[in-house]
Amino acid sequence: MAQVILKNIVKNYGKLEVVHSINLDVAHNEFVVLVGPSGCGKSTTLRMIAGLESISGGEIIIGDNVVNNLPPRDRNISMVFQNYALYPHMTVRENLGFSLKIAKRDQTEIDKSVDEASKILSLEDYMDRKPGALSGGQRQRVAMGRAIVRHPDVFLFDEPLSNLDAKLRAQMRVEIKKLHQKIQTTIIYVTHDQVEAMTLADRIVIMRDGNIEQQGSPTQVFENPINTFVATFIGSPPMNLLPGRVGKNMLEFSGGLILPIPIDFKDIVKPGQDIILGFRADHIMPVGHDLTIDGDSAMIEMSVGVSEPLGTETLLYTQLAGQEILAKMLRPRIVQDGETLTFNLDLGQCNLFDAVTQRNLR
Amino acid sequence: MIYKKLPQWFLLILPAIIILAAVILIPLLFSLYSSFTSYRLTRPDTLFNWIGTFNYEKAVKSGVFWAAFGRTILFLTIALNLEMFLGLGLALLVSRVTRGQRMLRTIMMFPMMFSPVLVGFQFKFIFNDNVGLVNNALQSLGLSNSAIPWLVDEKLAMFSIIFAEVWMSTSVFAILILAGLFSIPQDPQEAAKVDGCTPWQSFRHITLPFIMPFIFIAMAIRSLDVARAYDIVQVMTNGGPARRTEILWTLIGRTGYVDAKMGYANAMGYVSIFLAIFFTIYFFKKLNAARVELGMAR
Repeated sequence: MAQVILKNIVKNYGKLEVVHSINLDVAHNEFVVLVGPSGCGKSTTLRMIAGLESISGGEIIIGDNVVNNLPPRDRNISMVFQNYALYPHMTVRENLGFSLKIAKRDQTEIDKSVDEASKILSLEDYMDRKPGALSGGQRQRVAMGRAIVRHPDVFLFDEPLSNLDAKLRAQMRVEIKKLHQKIQTTIIYVTHDQVEAMTLADRIVIMRDGNIEQQGSPTQVFENPINTFVATFIGSPPMNLLPGRVGKNMLEFSGGLILPIPIDFKDIVKPGQDIILGFRADHIMPVGHDLTIDGDSAMIEMSVGVSEPLGTETLLYTQLAGQEILAKMLRPRIVQDGETLTFNLDLGQCNLFDAVTQRNLR
Repeated sequence: MIYKKLPQWFLLILPAIIILAAVILIPLLFSLYSSFTSYRLTRPDTLFNWIGTFNYEKAVKSGVFWAAFGRTILFLTIALNLEMFLGLGLALLVSRVTRGQRMLRTIMMFPMMFSPVLVGFQFKFIFNDNVGLVNNALQSLGLSNSAIPWLVDEKLAMFSIIFAEVWMSTSVFAILILAGLFSIPQDPQEAAKVDGCTPWQSFRHITLPFIMPFIFIAMAIRSLDVARAYDIVQVMTNGGPARRTEILWTLIGRTGYVDAKMGYANAMGYVSIFLAIFFTIYFFKKLNAARVELGMAR
């Protein structure tokens, strides 16, 4: 049983503060993904939990112990690094068993744990090879194997998939998810890839500039982003944003576009307020293409600039109120560049953000 | 015209061939030939007095030669190992320094910038039994009231020479090992920390295998250097007194130029070269094994 608690964690490099007093509770057996653009402090945070970076302020608790001043070896954690960090002079077997050998466990126990890990990760055929003779995906599996043989309280993953090609990445993503189901341990996972965050996490923690912007389940942050940053960072393609102003019972946009106020926001907005309307490509589709709308909707005519056929769907790049926006077409047909289509916007799925604070008004 | 018949590639490398032949090949063959004659510098006509393998037999049977041979190996072994451990320690310390490291590295290289002859003179003075710094200091501090014969006693003289050699060349090891330390990737070291290694275990299991190739490169280079050591010993003790610090090349030099027996000196030289070749091959094998270990070579 090990929960991880971060209390007001601060990290300074000299006078530069890179992590600003963040708080995070990770429950036992939870899969938490820290996600954010590069330089947001997510890796630094992970390395502080691992003990590879000193903590400038606050407390980190793993299990029931404050670990601020414990070296990594006394924290009972495992870490998987971006560049695998395998020991090049050891075979896969030796790499897997190294931590147990260092802990002076007896050989039969080491062999048992190593065999078990190699089975979980199907590494049996490579046990006597050195890392240099393995492919990227195999190396990554060895790195994960090395982490699981010790049965640590907490797993830390530092962008483990970013060195793999797209296909392998998708494959390893599934393997990591399976691994979590099998070994049932707390996992803290750092990535800049929002797809990994969405697919793996029980809870996503979105960071920017050393602060936590929002945390919640993947659907929560996807459907109710707390601000425009989260709205554009999470989800692919990013949420469309249209700056406008609240008029009398309607929203006004440049170019004379007028839309009704989404019903959830009717009582929140005041006339004259500057707002940003946010909606995903999934909620603006050409009429007649399978978009099911429960509540209000709006019909808009737009001409398609570029279309990207993806097979099951086609992405349509269009212009609305002076902004480039993305729409989606299910059951696609070939669309000519410049073709004008009528789109249906699902107002019930729209978000409104304050133009000044960029925060969701909901 | 003859040169028109020579292929072009041969013409192009001909200057190099001529120069190499003149400065390396001909002297080499000449010295090899002369080792089979009773060639004496004072009597040039003896160059044509072929005596077969007599010089080699004489060298192999000579106690003086084997004593010098053994002393060279002893000198080499002690000096190289001391330099390696001190250099490793120095490199590890310097690699931890964050401020002023560049200056420290430069200072560390100072001993390498002196000519070995000057280093020899410097330590000849330091270890002089009458006016030397060491005896002076020991006596002033009351640690000793007699003049210790640093360069006269067999063991002390050997110690003094090794001391001078170590002073001069430890930084070669330190610099090469430091380069090795800088080339170690950070990740495996961090992984070792997370895997539960103490600092000593990290060093033993991760750092050391990574810097082994660098240690062996330093060993190979330095073994060649030390196996042909001449200047320091020549200046400090001249192989004496009474051959107590005679090593191979002081013996060979004296035989060839002082005693003028060039034929015999050349024969001893050829036997001694095997020593250098042996150490070179040995350390290169070790180097390659260490590289294979790291997956850098196959």
